[in-house]
Amino acid sequence: MYDPASAIKGKQAVFEAHPENAAVKALADLATDAKYDRAELTITVARENIITAAKAAQQAGYNFLEDVTAVDWYPSEPRFQITYHILSLKLKERLRLAVRLDGDDAALDSITSVWPSANFYEREVFDLFGVHFGGHPNLRRIMMPEDWNGHPLRKDYPVEGYR
Amino acid sequence: MTPPVEELTGVAAINPGIDDLIANSARNRQNPPSGDQTMIINMGPQHPSTHGVLRLVIEVDGETIVGLAPDIGYLHTGIEKTCEAKFYQQVVPMTDRIDYLCPMTNNLAYCLAVEKLLGLEIPERAQYLRVLFNELTRIQSHLVWLGTHAMDIGALTVFLYCFREREDLLRIFEAVAGQRMMTSYVRVGGLSLEPPRDIYDKIRTFLKNFPAHVEEYEGLLQTNPIWMNRLKGVGYLSAEDAIALGVTGPPLRASGVDFDVRRDMPYSGYEKFQFNVPVSDVGDVWARYIVRMQEFRESVKICLQALDGLPEGSIVADAPKIILPNREQMKTQMESLIHHFKIVTEGFGVPAGEATSSVEAPHGMMNYYVVSDGTAKPYRVHMRNPGFATLQALETMCKGRLLADVVAVIGSIDIVLGEIDR
Repeated sequence: MYDPASAIKGKQAVFEAHPENAAVKALADLATDAKYDRAELTITVARENIITAAKAAQQAGYNFLEDVTAVDWYPSEPRFQITYHILSLKLKERLRLAVRLDGDDAALDSITSVWPSANFYEREVFDLFGVHFGGHPNLRRIMMPEDWNGHPLRKDYPVEGYR
Repeated sequence: MTPPVEELTGVAAINPGIDDLIANSARNRQNPPSGDQTMIINMGPQHPSTHGVLRLVIEVDGETIVGLAPDIGYLHTGIEKTCEAKFYQQVVPMTDRIDYLCPMTNNLAYCLAVEKLLGLEIPERAQYLRVLFNELTRIQSHLVWLGTHAMDIGALTVFLYCFREREDLLRIFEAVAGQRMMTSYVRVGGLSLEPPRDIYDKIRTFLKNFPAHVEEYEGLLQTNPIWMNRLKGVGYLSAEDAIALGVTGPPLRASGVDFDVRRDMPYSGYEKFQFNVPVSDVGDVWARYIVRMQEFRESVKICLQALDGLPEGSIVADAPKIILPNREQMKTQMESLIHHFKIVTEGFGVPAGEATSSVEAPHGMMNYYVVSDGTAKPYRVHMRNPGFATLQALETMCKGRLLADVVAVIGSIDIVLGEIDR
C-alpha cells in the first residue's frame, strides 16, 4: 500500500534528490515549489513565468503537450491549480507543470504560441472553470452554449445545475 | 524522411473559431478581394459519415476547402462533474461510456490511476488478463473503424465482414464480463470476475481464424482502384504538425513518429510481451490505414503470448478493504459480509495526492488524471482522450483538399464523439 512518507516535497528536497532530471535542470530558476510523489514529478511555477517555463521545458526535450486541465480547491486560496502534462517522446518521461491562481483573479498567459494543441484545452478550462487565458487566439466557450450561466466544473456549482 | 523524434518541436497553424470563419467569409462576400467568393457549408451534426454528432463548419471555394472549424459540445454529458459525486468504484461503469468502442481500455486507464494513488500491487494473472482483453478490445475497435471507413468510401461488403468478426468478439466479452459493450470488467485492484474456463479455447479459435480475415479485407480493398485513389495522398499531416497539435496513436505513428505507450512507458506488464510498433512516414490517410492493418496482426501476437503465458493465481489484489469479496465468501464469512457492506455503502478512502495514468487506447494515448483529497470520492477526474486533440488537426489535414476528402479523413482519424464531448 502507498506510504505518504515516501513522497518528496519542497523545491530544495526534490532538486537534491533528482539533480540529473532534465526538467529539474531546465526549470531550476523558475520553480517555486516541487513534489516527487508516486514516481511523478510536479513542478510549480509562478503564473507570470508560464510561457518561459513552457519554452524551457520544450527545449529540455519535453516536446509533447498532453493536456491542460484545472483543479478547483474551493474554498481555500489560491483557489485554482492549472495543470499541464508534458511528455518527452525522447526521454519517455512525463512532467507535470502547475500554476496556482487566486479565485478573484483567475487569469494567466496562454501557451498556444508554444504548443498550438493548447488551443482546445485552454478553451475547455476557460469554459468549465472560468479561468482566463491572455493571448489566446480564440477564447470562447467550447462545450457549453455561449449564454450559459456559470462554470460547471467549479466546486461551488451544484452537481444538478442551477434550478 | 522525417527528422528524429527529439528534434521535433514545430509550431503549426492555429485553428480558427467558427465565428472567425464565418465573419471572414462574410467579409469576403461583401468585398471580394480578387473576385473570388466562398461559401460556408455545415457538415453534420448528423451527417452519416461522422458516426456520431460532429458538426463541421467548412468554408469552400468551389469544391476546395479553404477553412474548417469543428463545433464540439453537442453531446456534453458532464461526466467529469458526475465523477466527483461518486465513490471511486462507482466511476468505473461511467468510464465505459466515454469511448464506447474501447470500454476495457477506459476501465484500465482509470483503475491504473486509482491503483497508483493507492499503491496497490496487482497479481500477475490479472495483469495478463488485462493485456489479453485490452488487445481484443483494440481488434474490436479497429474492426468498427475499418468497417465504417470502408463504408464511407463505398465498400459495403467490408463493413458487413468486419461486423461479423466483431460479433465473435462481443460474444467473448459477454461470456467474460456479462455485457457486450459496457463491460466494466476491470476493477480497482484487479478484475471483476474469473473468466469461464472454456473461453480460452474460443479466444484461440478466433485468433487462429482472424489473420485470414485480415487478408480477406486487404484483398477486397487493396485491389479496388476507388479505395486506393480516395486514400493515397489525401489528408497529409507532417510529423511536426502532429506533435504540435497533440495527435497520438495510429495517426501520430502514420506521420513517422515512433511512439507507443505500450512499448515506451509500459503498464500492466506490457514489457514482458514481444511485438512491433508499425510506423509509416507517409502521413496520409493511406498510411493510417496501413498502420492500423498492421496493428491487427500485432494485437493477435500479443493475445497469443498472453494466453500462452497466463499464470494461475488470484485475479484481485490482497486488499479486502478495497476489493469486494466474491459471493461465496460473502455468504459464508462474517468478515467478508462486513467488508462488502462497508465498501458498498461508504466506499474506500484513497490517500491524498494526484496521479496520472497513461495507456495506448485503439485511438491513441488515453490519460486519466485523478486527484484525491483523502476521502472516498475522487476530488477531480480528468480524462485526456485522443480524439479531442486529433480533431484539432482536422483543419491542417483537410485544407486545400476537396470536400469529399473530408469524409475519408474523418474515417482515417477514427474519432468517437463520446470521448470528445465530455
